[in-house]
Amino acid sequence: MAAFTWLPLHPEWTQSLNMAGLQPDEASRWRHFVACSHARIDFMETAKLDRALRKAFPDGLPAAAGKPIRLALLGSSTLKHLVPAIRVGALRHGLWAEIFEGDYGQYRQELVDADSPLAQFKPHIVLLALDAHHVAAGAGGSLDAALENFTVCWEGAKKNFGATVIQQTLLPVFPRVLGNNEQRETDSPAAIIEALNARLRTAADEHGVHLLAADSYTAQHGLHEWYDPVLWHRSKQEVHPRVSHFYGELVGRLLGAIRGRSSKCLVLDLDNTLWGGVIGDDGLEGILLGQGSAMGEAFVAFQQYARQLLNRGIILAVCSKNDEANALGPFEKHPDMVLRRKDIACFVANWQDKAANLRHIAKTLNIGLDSLVFADDNPFERDLVRQELPEVQVPELPEDPSFYIETIANAGYFEGLTVTPEDRERGGQYRANAEREELRASATDMDGYLKGLGMELDVRPFDSIGLARIVQLINKTNQFNLTTRRYTETEVRDMMTDPSVAAYQFRLTDRFGDNGMIAVLIGIVGRLEDKSVLVIDTWLMSCRVLGRQVEEACLNIMVDAARRLGASSLMGEYVPSAKNGMVCELYKRLGFTLEATDDDDATRWSLDLNGYEKQQVIMQIRLSQD
Amino acid sequence: MQEQEIYAKLTDIFRDIFDDDSIVLKPETTAADIEEWDSFNHINLIVATEAKFGIKFQTAEIESLKNVGHFVSLIEKKLAAKA
Repeated sequence: MAAFTWLPLHPEWTQSLNMAGLQPDEASRWRHFVACSHARIDFMETAKLDRALRKAFPDGLPAAAGKPIRLALLGSSTLKHLVPAIRVGALRHGLWAEIFEGDYGQYRQELVDADSPLAQFKPHIVLLALDAHHVAAGAGGSLDAALENFTVCWEGAKKNFGATVIQQTLLPVFPRVLGNNEQRETDSPAAIIEALNARLRTAADEHGVHLLAADSYTAQHGLHEWYDPVLWHRSKQEVHPRVSHFYGELVGRLLGAIRGRSSKCLVLDLDNTLWGGVIGDDGLEGILLGQGSAMGEAFVAFQQYARQLLNRGIILAVCSKNDEANALGPFEKHPDMVLRRKDIACFVANWQDKAANLRHIAKTLNIGLDSLVFADDNPFERDLVRQELPEVQVPELPEDPSFYIETIANAGYFEGLTVTPEDRERGGQYRANAEREELRASATDMDGYLKGLGMELDVRPFDSIGLARIVQLINKTNQFNLTTRRYTETEVRDMMTDPSVAAYQFRLTDRFGDNGMIAVLIGIVGRLEDKSVLVIDTWLMSCRVLGRQVEEACLNIMVDAARRLGASSLMGEYVPSAKNGMVCELYKRLGFTLEATDDDDATRWSLDLNGYEKQQVIMQIRLSQD
Repeated sequence: MQEQEIYAKLTDIFRDIFDDDSIVLKPETTAADIEEWDSFNHINLIVATEAKFGIKFQTAEIESLKNVGHFVSLIEKKLAAKA
C-alpha cells in the first residue's frame, strides 16, 4: 500500500486542520498546516488539506514559506488530480508550490515556444510526466527517437526557462506479449517501456535532469495500486488518484532536495533500536545482535543500512538514555556491531530528556534541528520529541525491527540528488573536527592553535570538476550564507564564462585531513551603475571551518579579483533569512562600512580598496588561476 | 450495511469532495443538482467510494450510473456480494 507508514496516525486530524485555518497570524497558520501534513493521511485527506490550505492563504504565498516554487506539470494525459497532492507534498517540506498545468498533449510546443503561457509562468521546475501509452505509440519502434523526444523537452526547459527538470519515469502499464523474455519482442510496448526506463536513467544523468522514479514505486506497491485500466479508459488518468498523495510527496521531497532541505543527520537511539534488549540490564552477552536469532540479524541489517547512509554522506549520531560506559560497550567490544564509535559524529548517552540532548547534538554538529531525523523504538520518546521539537523528523518505527529500514527509506528524509566525493568523506570530516576541538582545547592561544593546524587553502575559479559540489553548496548552505541566492547548474555554468564574474571555490586541508570544498564566493562587476564596484553576490561557507580565518582569506581573494577586474571598491550584501543570523555582522567585523538598510532589513556594506591592506592569515594559500 | 448507513457514508464523501456541508443526498439527486459535479469530480466520487467501502466498480457500471439512489443500490449489491 502506498501509505505514509513513517508518519504517525493522528486521531484528531480533522479538528487540527480546522484549528490550522483559524490561526490568527499567517506564520502560525502556516506552521499548523505544515504540522497537519505530517500525519498518516490518505489521498482524500490530502485533497481536503489542500482545499483548506488554499482557503487559508487566498492570496497565495505565506511569507513564512520563503520563496515560492513555480512548478510546471506537463504531460500527455490527465494530471489535474495530482495538483492538490503536489501542493501538499511541497507543504510537507516547508515549501509553497505554485503549479502550472499544461494543456495535455501540448507539452512539446509549450517548451519550445517563447511566448507560450508556460513561458509567461516562468517555471523554476518542469515536471515532465508522460504516460506510457503516449510514449510507446510515439516511439514508432525506435528507442532512439523516443529518447530524443525527452531530451528535446529537457533542453527546451533548460534553455528557454532556465528551469530544473524532473522527469517521471514511465509506468509499466502494458501486459507482456512474449512473457519472461519480453525484451526479445522489440515491438512490444512492455519491452519498449522497460528499455526506455533504463535509457532514461543514463540520459537524465547526462543532461542534469532529476528523475521521479514512479516505476520503482510502482514495483514496490504493485501496479494495481498505481494504475487502473478502468480509469485510464474513462478519464485518461494513468496515475491512480488513490496514490496521488504519495506521488505528491515524491515531488515534494525532490523539491525539498533541490532547495537543500533534505535531512542531514540520522540520530539513533540504542536499546531496541540498534540492538535488541537493554545493554544496562542484559549486558554485552545478553543483547540481541548478529547471527543466531532473527531479531539479532534484523538489527545488524538496520546497522548496515545506517552505514550505507553514512557512506553517502549522512551524519550519524547517538542519543540514548544510558550510562555512557554501558552505551559505548557494544561499539567497542561487540563483534557483531556494524557501526563503530568512529562512525558516530556525536555520541550522547546520559539521563537527560531527549529533546535537550537533540538540541545539544544539533549545536555540536553545527546543523539545524530541522536537519535531524530521530530514530527511536519508544513511542513515548518519539511523542515527547515531536511535541518539544516539531522541526525534528521522527519516523514512526514499527514494532518489528525487520521493518525499520523500510520505514526510514520510504520516508525519503535524506532524498539526495548527487553524491560528491565530499559526501563520501563527510563521516571522516566530522570525526576530524572532534580531534581539532581537542587541539583547540589544549592550545593556549588562538594563533598557536591555528599554526598547529597547518592549514592549506586551495583556491580555484569555478570549473567543471567542482561544478556538482558548487551547485550543491549553493543550494543547501543555510547558515553561513550572506544572501542565500540559489542557482541551478545551468546558471552556474554560465557564470564560468562570464567575464564580469569572479567566482571561486575554496578547499581546505589541515593536518587532520581534507575538509573538501568549504566555501564559494561569487563577485560581479558591472551590476551597479557605478562600474567600479564589485558586488559580492554570493558568499557561503561551511560552518565546520568557522573561526579559522577562512573568512579573511576569502576576502583577500575577492580583493585581488576586484582589482584585477578594475574595481576600486567592494559591495557586500546581507539578506536575512530564518537561518543566517550568524553572519549578520560579518561585513562589519571585516571592516566594511554600512551603506544602507532596506525595508526587509537587508543591509549593504562597502569596502574602499584604495590603500586597502589585505588581512593577515595563518595558512598557506594555493591559488590556481585559469 | 443498512441503506441508511450507506447514505451517511456517501454524504460524508460528497461533502468532502464538493467542500459543502449542506449537501443532503436523496435517491433522486443527480449531477444536475450539484454545481461542481462534473466528469472530473465524478471520478473523484467513484474512487473515494471504492476506497471507503472497499469495493470496485466496473467500467460499464460507471458509465450507466443514473442518480444517487442507483449508486446506493449498486454499493449495497457489491457489499452483499463481498460479505
